[in-house]
Amino acid sequence: MSAPRDEMPDLSGLTRRMDSQDGRRFWQSLDEIQETPEFLAFLHREFPENASQFEDPAGRRQFLKIMGASMALAGLTGCTRQPEEKIVPFVRAPEDMIPGRPMFFATALVEGGYANGVLVESHMGRPTKIEGNPEHPGSLGATDARAQADILNLYDPDRSRTLTYLGDIRVWDDFVAGLRSALDAQRGAGGAGLRILTETITSPTLAAQMDSILKEFPAAKWHQWDPDGAHSARAGAVLAFGRPTDTRYDFTRANVVLTLDADFASAGPGRLRYIRDHASTRKLDGGRTSMSRLYSVESMPGLMGSQADHRLRLKPSDVEGFARALDAALGGDASAGKTWGAWLDPLAADLRANAGASIVMPGEYQTPAVHALAHAINARLGNVGKTVFHGTSAEARPIDQIASMRDLAYDMERGAVRLLVILGANPAFTAPADLDFARKMDRVPLRVHLGLYDDETAELCHWHVPQAHALESWGDARAYDGTVTIQQPLIAPLYPGCKSPHELLAAFSARPSVKGYDVVRDFWRAGGALGADFELGWRRALHDGVVPGSALVPGAVVPSGSAVAPVSPAASAVPGTPPPPPPSGGMEIAFRPDPSIGDGRFANNGWLQELPKPLTKLTWDNAAHMSPGTAKRLGVTLERTARGIQTDIVELQYRGRSVHAPAWIMPGHPDDTVTVHFGYGRRRAGRVGNNTGFDAYPLRTSDALWSGTGLEVAKTGERYTLACTQDHWSMESRDVVRAATLAEYQATPDYARKRSHEPPREMTMYPNYRYEGHAWGMSIDLNACVGCNACVVACQAENNIPVVGKQQVAMSREMHWLRIDRYYAGGANDPETYHQPMMCVHCENAPCEVVCPVAATVHSDEGLNDMVYNRCVGTRYCSNNCPYKVRRFNFFLYADFETTSLKLMRNPDVTVRSRGVMEKCTYCVQRINQAKMEATAAGRGLRDGDITTACQAACPAQAIVFGDINDKNSRVAKLKAEPRAYGVLSDLNTRPRTTYLGAVRNPNPRMPPIPAGEPIDETAAPQSAPGSAHDEAPAPGHP
Amino acid sequence: MSSDLHSDQARAAREAELRDREVPVVEPGHDFASVTEKISALVLTRKTPRFWWVGFAFGFLLLQLLFVAIANLLFRGIGVWGPNVPVGWGMDIINFVWWIGIGHAGTLISAILLLLRQDWRTSINRFAEAMTLFAVACALFYPIFHTGRPWLSFYWLFPYPNTMGVWPNFRSPLIWDVFAVSTYATVSALFWYVGLIPDFATLRDRARSKKFAVVYGMLAMGWRGSAKHWHNYETAYLLLAGLATPLVISVHTVVSFDFAVGIIPGWHATIFPPYFVAGAIYAGFAMVLTLSIPLRKFYGLEDFITMRHLENMAKVMLATGLIVAYGYMMESFMAWYSANPYEKFMIVNRMTGPYAHMYWALIVCNVIAPNTLWIKSLRTNVPYLFFMSLVVSVGMWLERYVIIVTSLHRDFLPSSWGMYSGTFYDWSAFIGTIGLFITLLFLFIRFLPVISIFEMRTLLPAAEIPDEAVPAPRPGETHP
Repeated sequence: MSAPRDEMPDLSGLTRRMDSQDGRRFWQSLDEIQETPEFLAFLHREFPENASQFEDPAGRRQFLKIMGASMALAGLTGCTRQPEEKIVPFVRAPEDMIPGRPMFFATALVEGGYANGVLVESHMGRPTKIEGNPEHPGSLGATDARAQADILNLYDPDRSRTLTYLGDIRVWDDFVAGLRSALDAQRGAGGAGLRILTETITSPTLAAQMDSILKEFPAAKWHQWDPDGAHSARAGAVLAFGRPTDTRYDFTRANVVLTLDADFASAGPGRLRYIRDHASTRKLDGGRTSMSRLYSVESMPGLMGSQADHRLRLKPSDVEGFARALDAALGGDASAGKTWGAWLDPLAADLRANAGASIVMPGEYQTPAVHALAHAINARLGNVGKTVFHGTSAEARPIDQIASMRDLAYDMERGAVRLLVILGANPAFTAPADLDFARKMDRVPLRVHLGLYDDETAELCHWHVPQAHALESWGDARAYDGTVTIQQPLIAPLYPGCKSPHELLAAFSARPSVKGYDVVRDFWRAGGALGADFELGWRRALHDGVVPGSALVPGAVVPSGSAVAPVSPAASAVPGTPPPPPPSGGMEIAFRPDPSIGDGRFANNGWLQELPKPLTKLTWDNAAHMSPGTAKRLGVTLERTARGIQTDIVELQYRGRSVHAPAWIMPGHPDDTVTVHFGYGRRRAGRVGNNTGFDAYPLRTSDALWSGTGLEVAKTGERYTLACTQDHWSMESRDVVRAATLAEYQATPDYARKRSHEPPREMTMYPNYRYEGHAWGMSIDLNACVGCNACVVACQAENNIPVVGKQQVAMSREMHWLRIDRYYAGGANDPETYHQPMMCVHCENAPCEVVCPVAATVHSDEGLNDMVYNRCVGTRYCSNNCPYKVRRFNFFLYADFETTSLKLMRNPDVTVRSRGVMEKCTYCVQRINQAKMEATAAGRGLRDGDITTACQAACPAQAIVFGDINDKNSRVAKLKAEPRAYGVLSDLNTRPRTTYLGAVRNPNPRMPPIPAGEPIDETAAPQSAPGSAHDEAPAPGHP
Repeated sequence: MSSDLHSDQARAAREAELRDREVPVVEPGHDFASVTEKISALVLTRKTPRFWWVGFAFGFLLLQLLFVAIANLLFRGIGVWGPNVPVGWGMDIINFVWWIGIGHAGTLISAILLLLRQDWRTSINRFAEAMTLFAVACALFYPIFHTGRPWLSFYWLFPYPNTMGVWPNFRSPLIWDVFAVSTYATVSALFWYVGLIPDFATLRDRARSKKFAVVYGMLAMGWRGSAKHWHNYETAYLLLAGLATPLVISVHTVVSFDFAVGIIPGWHATIFPPYFVAGAIYAGFAMVLTLSIPLRKFYGLEDFITMRHLENMAKVMLATGLIVAYGYMMESFMAWYSANPYEKFMIVNRMTGPYAHMYWALIVCNVIAPNTLWIKSLRTNVPYLFFMSLVVSVGMWLERYVIIVTSLHRDFLPSSWGMYSGTFYDWSAFIGTIGLFITLLFLFIRFLPVISIFEMRTLLPAAEIPDEAVPAPRPGETHP
């Protein structure tokens, strides 16, 4: 008798049979399979003791219940296999798939319609981590926080899984049949009752599908709505050029940049590239002595405003006046409004001196007139064609989306809409409040929704088709410059019924069940843009992640003269919508998308909910932000307690609507203005996102999407607890971030080191440890960091960091290994703001290592402070003794061990920590080890750049550099040799391996000094209960 | 001088004599039999008084709270308590240090006062040492259960050869704690037990019921009271006293190293060892007063625990309180003198920050209040002494709170500053340990002699050994 062989039973016949089925027939075939001799043989071999139970009918049901999961694992359901369509990996061919070694595939994630080119790391056929695609012009390898967090959306257990009709499960064929009959009814009228609502679309394939639908139904209409879209930019371009254009900027050639309420680090499809390019003009390593200058005119403080050398805080309504004055100062129409005198004249002089090498960038949150004015100013300065490029819009069909929504609402109201198909949007939640969209939707007899979640809009629709995530779909999209990326899926849809937008629109066509793969391939084959050899071109495009030569060429577009005409709010030409009320007194309100969860679509993403917002450090909530002066006037006080920050709930009354919101005091915010973030207050986001924050959309009307006047604010008397991860404002004169002006830096390049006394390395009783071999270290350039939070989420994704929830964050137990500290300096009204990423600095003299009783944290011979999870008993002495407070403790079992889909998401190279153990940044030791193994396998040594930590890879500004400091030629060694390099708290003799490059600002000596307001001595900041702490303010003039 | 009893001078002289007469350690009128009878009656003959049942029930109820707290903690995790980042230790370590500190008085009374031949230790050393043991038992709850994984920490912190080949990290003060506290517990238990052996024998001999006699007999380990036994006993007792004496200094020194070895401003101070030891003795004597005053009142032991004891304990409290006050002063002075901005901020934050009320309450309880004990009339006022002892206990708890929480919550980087407050479960665990303490104490009072019987007998005038041999008095005669 031969020894039992451990071979996989041959189920390929069964799987093939099941693959060809779908829906109801799928379930039937499962039943059939039970009877087949192959299956019975499988049973007997695998589970001999249970197989007899299987024959008995009563036992069979029980058996199947138990075996259901394992049948899935055995591959009988086909869920976890690679799609039959051939996707092309970035580095290695699929044949190379080796367990434990990830593969990378290039694809794109779509946000706001525009593509973010990414490389997705795939372990054993499932995507686990998103990185940037270095070949993609939109990012050059970086990602932002939302792109990093998108992987959690893929595996979100609350995602919609089944196709439903009025709540009942249906199959695809039912849907097609239902859609067909509605379309047939429309055919006579040319589709007059058909409306398709999408978000902003750049996808050529989708545009082609829409074109063919509109050709078949000429009277149908294609509406678009993106609550966070570039409405003002489009309207401004129309004002300036007569047609929608996309404006691109080349920051590498700009010496002076002025932003008009434009935070190009957080808004706009080009933001990753812009951060990178702009940061490259501000870095001072490698002996550079000059840097660019950034002026920022802002209302709500943003990331670039915090980096600006000069910042002017204005109410949103004042920015247009400023732009006009600037235009006049630069030689335009002299009939300007207010004079801005001291601030504007040196700015204008600086711009003039840098004509052709400057950028004036208007922000989406401003009026179209500001955009037109900025275009005119750029033209006047000769920037066009050098640093500013206008070209065809990358959007498939750029329209006035506000008017489009007004049209749709009006049509729905008068009963003209018979069939409404919503692709991906959530208008029931995000549509402007004055349109009353949700109620009007009720009048449409048949409503179809395609979405990732069973959200507020799905609730109101008859058909809900679950959308496949971007990582599960074929598709394409354009980036900010028009470059096309063909999206390839990393995994077959987790829930088999999910459809991509292409597959949904295919239901309109003659081939309703065509796969997205075929749709996209057919389009590109027909188009010919991939070259004569389609297959080669296709594989190349998938491999690289970009379609070569698809960038839109900037055209010669000249702004027309009508830009300077006074602009009234976008008047509605559609009857039925009320005219906007005239601006009255009172305060102003400004609407912004939430920095973490966007317009609300990411509300169920725990990583983003828990991500501390860049300047406020709030989590799990949005707030009504106001300046310290306004807060004092209203009597709003913040109180620090051990269970969170207590604040007042204020009532925001605006245009007849009222909303209650927790107040937040925001240094740098304009007075008499309140900024609210929309996207919160969702009812049907999922278990994570429901009932967080307040809904600001009810205040947002279509005529005043970004700001409006006539706001009244009053305290309600109720208090509310906010979870904030950093509530202290000032550095308390501790020189944590060492900043200087460019002049000071040029005079004293090593100013940063001079500010503290670091004990000399020889001053020790014991001989210093000699690090031969590798010595890992890191350098973070504070001149480059804009505080965008990409690194924080990247670290969370890479290291399986758990989400703890609002109550625990309020108790200061958030688990982020990497945090971005935000310090204010100067006055509370116009502070200077600094961002400092802080993670374990891997001290050579680590205070934590001495005090651990069980030696759970030890030092490696390469300089890493290693955390041994399975030895840690959790006394927390190491956390107490860490002066940087970068250690995180699992007070409860924070990691989700239960939810199955999340298990797929985790990085298999990193332990998932259980209750009672300490954790902290490991310098991505799993990546270090992986690189070492690969180098050994390849028979070579490690090279600089072989290892990038997760934070380093994600950073758009390339602020974080990791490497071997023993290698004198490595980037990190050179950066550490910079005069600006210093270690935080190095006077404690910790000898940190992570050092920082001091922040240098480039102020214009002719600009007026910052108005001396209240010093940032924390009296306006959250007060600790009871009583307040009077801390020392930094010396005046101290940057 | 006139020998007339009624003359003014004679009266004045008598009054002076009365005034200056030292309060004795044992009130006159007792002999061997009465001493033995009085103390052992508490255990053997006297009906268990109602107040004992009430007290025991109360303590036992609180003990149940401790069990619930432990179960809750084990099942859900230490997140049910208040610590966070930055304040990694809160009431868990506050209470640990508080309980350990309290224990030091017992050992000082038993060991150091023995070596210094202070008579007044005799009537209080038994229950003071018991108090030490029970306090250490309550304290031990915390080092184990404050860890994230107590099912591992209770044995991984001990050095034992294992298959992992891993020893604990001997550089860590927490390991020193393990050695110090386990040594302390062991030596205290041994010391206490050895001291009890002759009394167990007494109880064995006088027991009314068979089962008590058997139990006490086993505990007495065959004590016959022979000269040889006494000789061995005295040797052993002295040795143990010698072993226990350095522990009074070393154990709390090691506990203070938990903080002093850390780099946090407010912890990293060389004054911590003497400051903590003084504080421990201070708190311990306060607890001894808290126990002895009701004990003597309810059980009628005023003859044995006299005003002299209470006054002496008050004087020790005053002395150690002054040392503690010196510690506070030095901390403040050094914070300023060092010109170290972190240290300076630490002291200013203590005095004016969000926990300022704790700090000033601490100053009142530990600095201002004990200085009232300079006044003799207050020092000899029993209700006032009881009240003072509670004030000092609270004050010492506040001191640990201030040291731990205010130092941790605002340290080097302002970005990580936070706040701490104890949760409901923190308090229920603490109250639970108080319940454990009360339960053990009441059991001790009921079943063991609260005062050392044979040592009390040595204090009687009848026990004095005269210079010349004198025949024993015949029954009915008293000693000349």
